[in-house]
Amino acid sequence: MSDSAYEDRLQAWVGRELVTRRPGQDPVNVPMIRHWVEAMEDDNPVYLDEDAARATGRDGVVAPASMLQAWTMRGYAASVSPDAERTGSDELTDLLAEGGYTSVVATDSEFEFHRELVPGDHVSVEETLEAISPEKKTALGPGRFISTVKTYRDASGEIVATQRWRMLRFRPAAKPEPAPKAPRPRPAINHDNEFWFAAAREHRLVIQRCADCKSLRHPPGPCCPQCGSFGWDTVESAGEGHVYTYVVNHHPRHPAFDYPLVVAVIELTEGTRLIANMTGVEPGDVEIGMPVVLDWIDPDPDLSLPVFRPAVAEES
Amino acid sequence: MITNVKRYEDVAVGEELPELRIPLTRTMIVATAIASRDYQDVHHDPSLAVERGSKDVFMNILTTNGLVDRYVTGWAGPAAVVKAIRIRLGAPNYPGDTMVLTGTVTAKHDDRRVEIAVRGVNEIGPHVTGTVVVRLPGQGIDS
Repeated sequence: MSDSAYEDRLQAWVGRELVTRRPGQDPVNVPMIRHWVEAMEDDNPVYLDEDAARATGRDGVVAPASMLQAWTMRGYAASVSPDAERTGSDELTDLLAEGGYTSVVATDSEFEFHRELVPGDHVSVEETLEAISPEKKTALGPGRFISTVKTYRDASGEIVATQRWRMLRFRPAAKPEPAPKAPRPRPAINHDNEFWFAAAREHRLVIQRCADCKSLRHPPGPCCPQCGSFGWDTVESAGEGHVYTYVVNHHPRHPAFDYPLVVAVIELTEGTRLIANMTGVEPGDVEIGMPVVLDWIDPDPDLSLPVFRPAVAEES
Repeated sequence: MITNVKRYEDVAVGEELPELRIPLTRTMIVATAIASRDYQDVHHDPSLAVERGSKDVFMNILTTNGLVDRYVTGWAGPAAVVKAIRIRLGAPNYPGDTMVLTGTVTAKHDDRRVEIAVRGVNEIGPHVTGTVVVRLPGQGIDS
């Protein structure tokens, strides 16, 4: 859809009623007033003390003027329920979200109070859209100001207050890139083990094999511990095995790792063991003997390392 | 028993209200949002607030209205009747900050209405600027 078509759809809302007259869930009442004045730490006695309120010339306690909007809020259930009855306001919110304006912050509220509210008053609200601004650059991100008028009435229909209301609906500004993570500690690479890390960069897990007696060994070394031969080649592991043992590291912490950090000794089906991290499992769920399969991590362009995740049983 | 009843005649244009410092704790920001029945996640859920472009949860506008109301009526006394609260929000009120409210009487009208310009500033800048209009009792008049 073109920008102007979107603009037309938005502007079509101007003058429309966003919320048709809707009564608050409960009439003005002392418990909600008490909740409000306690949270606001407002000790004006006319809100809770009948005698004090009468001493000021009132008939009894009154609700704080600023509390008006609270009487007509939809309440928790409707705030979180996807099945709540949808209003024009919800439809406009969706249309704005379609334009990327997914976040909201209220910017202006102008109350004019016609009379004080007293317990028993049942207040309703209706809301009409006055204006939608063109997109503006704001500190929060590009957005549009939505101006409405809310009219509050008592049960007899008399207006008790009006409220001009302005919100900014905005696209959150792109977050700054998180600071690069500390690089993972470098393996000490030498002539004897460089083949292993070179294969790892190609996501191949290899095992050193004696060229003479054919026994497998890990970690890499220059000489066969079985027959003493210096001749060797490699085989590629199938990447399956089980947890031989493990620890969960909490402390001390290195900034390159996420904690708790599982450090496991994996016994491969080929018979050799290697130390590796685990992935795809909560530290508390790791068990000795747990079947695992090979996966790879690439902490940075120069380093790839094998990790192991729990083997998923074939679904029948 | 009521005290601190300010009368229309007691007030002069240019009079400054005593400053009120309000510590903005996380609990207070959440408690006031819930007291105003505002369940928007940005007022109680820090991680969702960050996702929506804020640095933390922040105070809702209904609470700013409530605090401005408390500030002015705390000065004007229990006999004052609030006729208007007009505010504009700026810098958000985040947990850990303090908002300092100040006010000045800017106008007096014949029907005993008094206008007070209010400003609430936190460490980032002005959180709220606005005007509150109250009607004060006159000499020998109760309300």
